Amino acid sequence: MGYKWDFSGVYSYLNLWIKGLGVTLAYSVGTVLGGLIIGVICGMLLLYRRKWVTLPIHYYVEIFRCTPLLIQIVWFYYALPIVLNVELPAWLAAGIGLTLYMGAFSTEIFRGGIISIDKGQWQAARALGMTNGELMRHIILPQAMKRMVPPFVNQSIIQLKNTSLLYVVAVPDLMYTGSIVVADTFRPLEVYTSVGIMYFAILYPLTLWATRMEARVDQ
Amino acid sequence: MVRVDGLRKSYGTVEAVRGVSLDVHRGQVVVLIGPSGCGKSTFLRCLNLLETPSAGTLQVGDRTIDFGSRHSMPHGRTLARFRARIGMVFQQFDLFPHMTALKNVMSGPVIVKKMGQSEAEAIARDLLAKVGLGAFTARYPRELSGGQQQRVAIARAMAMAPEVMLFDEVTSALDPELVGEVLDVMKQLATEGTTMIVVTHEMAFARDVADWVVVMDAGQVVEQGLAEEVLLQPKNPRTASFLSRFHSTIGERKN
Repeated sequence: MGYKWDFSGVYSYLNLWIKGLGVTLAYSVGTVLGGLIIGVICGMLLLYRRKWVTLPIHYYVEIFRCTPLLIQIVWFYYALPIVLNVELPAWLAAGIGLTLYMGAFSTEIFRGGIISIDKGQWQAARALGMTNGELMRHIILPQAMKRMVPPFVNQSIIQLKNTSLLYVVAVPDLMYTGSIVVADTFRPLEVYTSVGIMYFAILYPLTLWATRMEARVDQ
Repeated sequence: MVRVDGLRKSYGTVEAVRGVSLDVHRGQVVVLIGPSGCGKSTFLRCLNLLETPSAGTLQVGDRTIDFGSRHSMPHGRTLARFRARIGMVFQQFDLFPHMTALKNVMSGPVIVKKMGQSEAEAIARDLLAKVGLGAFTARYPRELSGGQQQRVAIARAMAMAPEVMLFDEVTSALDPELVGEVLDVMKQLATEGTTMIVVTHEMAFARDVADWVVVMDAGQVVEQGLAEEVLLQPKNPRTASFLSRFHSTIGERKN
């Protein structure tokens, strides 16, 4: 009790906030798109029932699904340059980690969407004489994509929040900007409340839109 | 038209089809009957290679394929082209839910044969009219009854102008009152000279439409012959015991 909230310190760093917001959005969009591409490729490859194709993908997906993202980001920042013997800038190392993480989940979403399509659709298309490419493009994907949209949007929302972990390798996103402003103003309550509100302000409209999409897909 | 010789299909150690031979001539209607699990559906699915036979020879039109460890299976485009000449209708209709009835029927000609939209549409409209669905071209499968969906599925298969049509228990998933409309379409195709191989439990249909009836049991042909001979005077005791369950259906509605 008796704490006097004072947000004036927060506002005075408007320029920093805008930059941080830009970094957060750029990482979100970039890693979601990168992850989507990985997911489509790996998800497709999983359909080839060859062990030497599916097994590496299986391990890739599970390693990224079963370890904390924080560790992945730190690992790509500190360990990968040593392993590869190259100097990686922080923004790139962190970006690779986030992208591969999104890619792992996208792979699962993509694979799940495709195998959720009834076996009868595959056999009906084959019986008409469609090649695998034709049946994928005209019959399976149009149906599977609709089912993939809701889980993919959901994962993208999580991904946007996950970019906040970038602050551990000093990428100046919203979260890192928050920690700088805190160090300057000694107002952690106001600053982190504001950071939370900013994430909410971006994501809430997105979830509303996602719910609408889900309702459309359900039809 | 279709010639099958010594066809076998095994799953691991279980042999579902154990050496079936069959000759189907142009315009003939062959009906396959037998107790469930006798391998008749597996046999049918082998004919358009939805199942890969383990051994035997299959000839459709002028294309012959030998199966077995020493022969390589056709794949990719070759396999697709082979299938394109064989129409198949399934128990669960399996219409494409994201396409209207018209687009479903157009799908084979447009996607597989790369036919122009207008030409394919003309064919599809004709076929839908023929199966009595001329007024339903713009409907999606979910807006159609089971019987209507199955008739669209028949039109979809016919749109490829196949050399032979395969019917795999196409009325089994239908409500009883919808069976007739599908069988009527099949009868019409039969009278127009479509070559058909039909797996069914509709004995009255077999009696009225089949030129040749083949009885399968435990993966083998136990009896075959003209419909009235096999259905009304079966020689094989296993055929007789199987048919005894249907005798009321075979006897009634004789026309």
